[in-house]
Amino acid sequence: MSAAPVAEVDLGELGFGRGAHLLVQRALAGLPRGGRLAVSGRDPALRVHLPAWCRGRGHRVEWPDRGEAGDLVAVVVRGSADDDRWFGAERAGAALPSALSSRPPARWGLGARGALLEAGGPEARFDLDDRDLVWADIAPNLYAQAAARQWDPQTAVPWDDPFALPADVEAAVVQVMTYLVENEQAALVVPARFVGRIHPHFREVVQLLAVQMADEARHMEVFSRRALLRGAEMGTSSAGGRQSLFTLVAESDFALASFLLSVLGEGSFVDLLSFLHENAPDPVTRRICWLAMQDERRHVVFGMAHLEHQAQLDPLLRDRLRAAIHRRHDALVDTAGLNADVFDALVVLAAGGWHPDDVSGGFDRVQALQHAMDQGRQRRLVRLGFRADEAAELSALHTRNFM
Amino acid sequence: MLAPTVLMGAVAYDPKVVTIWEGFRTWLRGRGLDFDFVLYSHYERQVEDLVAGRIDAAWNSPLAWLRAERLAAAHGTSVRALTMRDTDQDLTSVVVVRADSPVGQLAGLAGRVVAVGALDSPQATLIPLGHLAAAGVTVDVRRFDVGVGLHGDHIGGERDAARALVAGEVDAACMIDANHLAFVQEGTLPPEGTRIVAQTARYDHCNMTVRAPESDGVRLFGTLLLGMSYADPQVRPLLDLEGLTAWREGRTTGYDALADAVDASGFYSPDGRVTATDYRP
Repeated sequence: MSAAPVAEVDLGELGFGRGAHLLVQRALAGLPRGGRLAVSGRDPALRVHLPAWCRGRGHRVEWPDRGEAGDLVAVVVRGSADDDRWFGAERAGAALPSALSSRPPARWGLGARGALLEAGGPEARFDLDDRDLVWADIAPNLYAQAAARQWDPQTAVPWDDPFALPADVEAAVVQVMTYLVENEQAALVVPARFVGRIHPHFREVVQLLAVQMADEARHMEVFSRRALLRGAEMGTSSAGGRQSLFTLVAESDFALASFLLSVLGEGSFVDLLSFLHENAPDPVTRRICWLAMQDERRHVVFGMAHLEHQAQLDPLLRDRLRAAIHRRHDALVDTAGLNADVFDALVVLAAGGWHPDDVSGGFDRVQALQHAMDQGRQRRLVRLGFRADEAAELSALHTRNFM
Repeated sequence: MLAPTVLMGAVAYDPKVVTIWEGFRTWLRGRGLDFDFVLYSHYERQVEDLVAGRIDAAWNSPLAWLRAERLAAAHGTSVRALTMRDTDQDLTSVVVVRADSPVGQLAGLAGRVVAVGALDSPQATLIPLGHLAAAGVTVDVRRFDVGVGLHGDHIGGERDAARALVAGEVDAACMIDANHLAFVQEGTLPPEGTRIVAQTARYDHCNMTVRAPESDGVRLFGTLLLGMSYADPQVRPLLDLEGLTAWREGRTTGYDALADAVDASGFYSPDGRVTATDYRP
């Protein structure tokens, strides 16, 4: 043999069929290119497997002189392939969300944030790659909260609690539930359209939207289940209601979709769910509306947080938000808006009886709900920097379908 | 001035051959070589086309190299090995028995059933059988003809031979050293379930065969291949697919054992004709 090895490793009885390469690899890692490692061992196949393994990894093997005693099998001369593989490698930004890249490059693609990326690989196109457009500092905390508060539809709702409602009240519940299911469907589809476009560098936002979609999935389940708890038929779905939801799903701009869905739509929905929680005629309806309301509040918080952040940086954002409200209003101006059956059902639930005074009281409460929704929208618009009078005007243009 | 050209032949033993050579073609064209390739369904036609001048280079198995050398000589010309992979040098084949086999040494295999790969596999058939014959051991050969014409590039025959060994259908099986390791690691062979009773001398495998004298294009081709770096992210995935970390200068010193086996078995005649009786690629 030529020069003396600088390192040695004894594999004992361990063969390459059971992981001996790990010990060899570990010993080679500490050597420079051309560094020499004496490998000893007693596995009978070692003399065949060691050179075969080295060959595939670009290491050279030198054989000991005949007559050298002991378990020495060969000397491995470290090749350059292991180093070459990592030539030009880069970190995919900082691992922690406190030091995010403002515009992560496409080549980071699906690499884990902060990972050491081998050069090459596909340039994945995630077009929502501007931190200011998608990020909110609250996202990691909101995600943690959302993940901690996931509930099990089977155990979180008293499905078996006994109750019996008059047929017309039950029909009103079924109608409202039908309406809620179609709204929740839209609320699931909207983030789903964006989640695959957001650069994974902003993974907490992706995670948060994923949980948001899981929330909506549960809402769809529990509202459907309540609708069919006592019967086999769902309520009605109006063409205008579906048209209103379709304009939400069709919005392809992330900021505008968040604005229409979370700030205006889900914001109003929180008020609606609170109303239903108060006026629910049975324990199941009361519980599912309360559970869904908690989730929807989180969705509104995130939508507000990232739009507030963006509005501070981009003074033109408000123009776009304003235009989006007008555009949606124009698209819906010839539609009926809220399904009349839904409105009537809400009055029935709030009335709690069929005496004219009950109905009158129910009607007042639904009007108060609409007023509360309007006030809430105005407050959120003001937080996004709109003047109070303009906020009032814009809120009035919001779809009559609530969402 | 027109760019120098090279038309290379490669055998399509696996769909990845297209990925590899399309990738290399892009890389080579980007460096001033007008390179293209044609795919063959087996090595024999590729060798004939190389010697006849229809292609400029052939990515050849060791067996195809031997035939090219003989055919060229018969035509009064010559070929040479331009480059080879680092992983083509210093391979060995092994003869393996089950761990509980009464066979302790090579001589113990006399009269027993030995599984080999396809008829035209250098590493799993011709070289190990030549090794047995040289040791004076006569065995009953059970052949696993998968991918005949691909000169053993298809791993199927070797794997089937290994499976037959585990199943107790044969007394021993022949395979290349790296496949013995691969079969143990993938579970085709149980980790401590086999014992190596013989290992051949070291030999070489594939090479990029070209006609002599080389054209400018072929010379540039050789220079460019040798310049490919594993540090280059454009070619590294292709090098991984092709199973090398670097191209080396071609050498022809590692084909003697195979040449002896070819002569002993009558696979090719000295002038490069296919003479193996049951060989239909």
